[in-house]
Amino acid sequence: MAAETQIRNMTVNFGPQHPAAHGVLRMVMEMDGEMIERLDPHIGLLHRGTEKLIEYKTYMQAIPYFDRLDYVSPLSLEHAFVLAAERLLGIEASPRGQYIRTLFSELTRVQNHLFNIAAQALDIGAMTPLLWACEERENLMEFYERVCGARLHAAYYRVGGVHQDLPAGLTDDILEWAARFPSSIGDIETLLSENRIFKQRTVDIGAVSAEDALAWGFTGPMLRASGVPWDLRKAQPYDAYADMDFDIPIGKHGDVYSRYMVRVLELQQSLRIITQAIEKMPDGPVMTEDGKVSPPRRGDMKNSMEALIHHFKHYTEGVHVPAGETYTAVEAPKGEFAVYLVSDGTNKPYRCKIRAPGFVHLQAMDFMCKGHMLADAVSILGSIDPVFGEVDR
Amino acid sequence: MNQALEDLGDYIAGLIADDLEEHRLINDELVLVTRPESLRKVIRFLRDDSQCLFKLLVDVCGVDYPERERRFEVVYNLLSISHNQRIRVKVNVAEDEPVPSVAPLYPTANWFEREVWDMYGVFFSEHPDLRRILTDYGFEGHPLRKDFPLTGHVEVRYDDEQKRVVYEPVRLTQDFRSFDFLSPWEGMTRHLPGDEKAEEGEA
Repeated sequence: MAAETQIRNMTVNFGPQHPAAHGVLRMVMEMDGEMIERLDPHIGLLHRGTEKLIEYKTYMQAIPYFDRLDYVSPLSLEHAFVLAAERLLGIEASPRGQYIRTLFSELTRVQNHLFNIAAQALDIGAMTPLLWACEERENLMEFYERVCGARLHAAYYRVGGVHQDLPAGLTDDILEWAARFPSSIGDIETLLSENRIFKQRTVDIGAVSAEDALAWGFTGPMLRASGVPWDLRKAQPYDAYADMDFDIPIGKHGDVYSRYMVRVLELQQSLRIITQAIEKMPDGPVMTEDGKVSPPRRGDMKNSMEALIHHFKHYTEGVHVPAGETYTAVEAPKGEFAVYLVSDGTNKPYRCKIRAPGFVHLQAMDFMCKGHMLADAVSILGSIDPVFGEVDR
Repeated sequence: MNQALEDLGDYIAGLIADDLEEHRLINDELVLVTRPESLRKVIRFLRDDSQCLFKLLVDVCGVDYPERERRFEVVYNLLSISHNQRIRVKVNVAEDEPVPSVAPLYPTANWFEREVWDMYGVFFSEHPDLRRILTDYGFEGHPLRKDFPLTGHVEVRYDDEQKRVVYEPVRLTQDFRSFDFLSPWEGMTRHLPGDEKAEEGEA
């Protein structure tokens, strides 16, 4: 009898290698039966010291590090860094460059949300959406490949614009893709949105009120699902977002299902931005004409000694950025992604703090999971959309 | 210049002038500098005042300036959704000086402060759970300090004989190279280095 009355909480180790952990995450859970009492995420297993490395690299060499932070939405992160550097330099990207960046940041958002929706569904037991979404994602990665040669780690944005102009015919192909993409969203939605099993696993799970969401520092779809209409693309527009016409979907309940729904609706809004960006895209250079920031043209380099020297200096020494500091944020697919950049007037950043949305959202795991079942932790984790490249940096 | 931000700065300085060391606009961003003992009061004011309502603490980070007497700068970035404004609060602390934790005001500060502790060794007093967060279990040192080498001190490998991962001092086949890119033309000062007499004569 005595043995039966002695109840002890059990500690469960989730990860560091777990198929539903979206990467290398270790969570130490204190369980009361099947209920979570306390959850302590141990992060940093993918820590690579990106911020330290960037302090030893020129501004241009720092750009590829951003692809490797959140490897599901690389270009949105580069966007924050180039905007921060432009702000310190006091320049603006060329109009065409701004439109191309807007276009590709939205393609990135579609890519990210597609993968998240499907991966989350997979965690809850739906296999098919992932296969369908990856097929669509492949198209998007082909667009990446056509502009920069890489499917994932694009390194396409530059301080002052983008590296190269769009190849001929790309915009037509994107428009053609955008015309048929809504039916793909519809296909995925028919499998999930009204699915009884999916709803049982998501509705009222991990619900967060608007007030708590703010206190825990939520941004992006996590905050909007809790009913706060906040989107940096509208509130503090950067690049060409001010010229775009789009809506911000918000949720009501702040639970996992609301976050899923917000992401699905954002896919459709992103499509609107993509078509507008292509229709309104001006002609002209894709890089700023400021010779201090942009490299000389290839043709000039072959004929002019000065251009050759300039080219050499540009790619070895890089740009000297005036001393100063800035906190520049963009609306990345996962939330507010920002770079706090401190320059001391040399060609390397003095400090580059990366503010990753996943880090902040993951912190609230304990708060969101308390009192839920073990299986719900997987569902909540999927709704956060963590990518450990950016959480651990 | 951004008039609204300038007004906001003057408004804040008018109400809590004693707690601020300075307030100014850098690159059109409002920056307040305060002292560690006033930090909580300033942050609480910024969160609750109806003209501020900075309900979202978006970022806390450290910056290291080894040449300064109080070498660390802890930077708090806040966002007001109601007024669509951003603000930055900074405190300067010496190596052995604690900073009061703002985790009781914003739960989200918890991990940010753990990260600053991990990376810089700035101690936060009254923090609920000040542990390392990003570095390895049992890691020594604070890697983002400017005097911490980029290569680190230890490296790991799997030892086949001991059947486990072992830590060893870093051995580089080639010394770490750091190039001096400061161009003698652009960075030229008016006097040659070491010519102290010329500088004295001017002063």
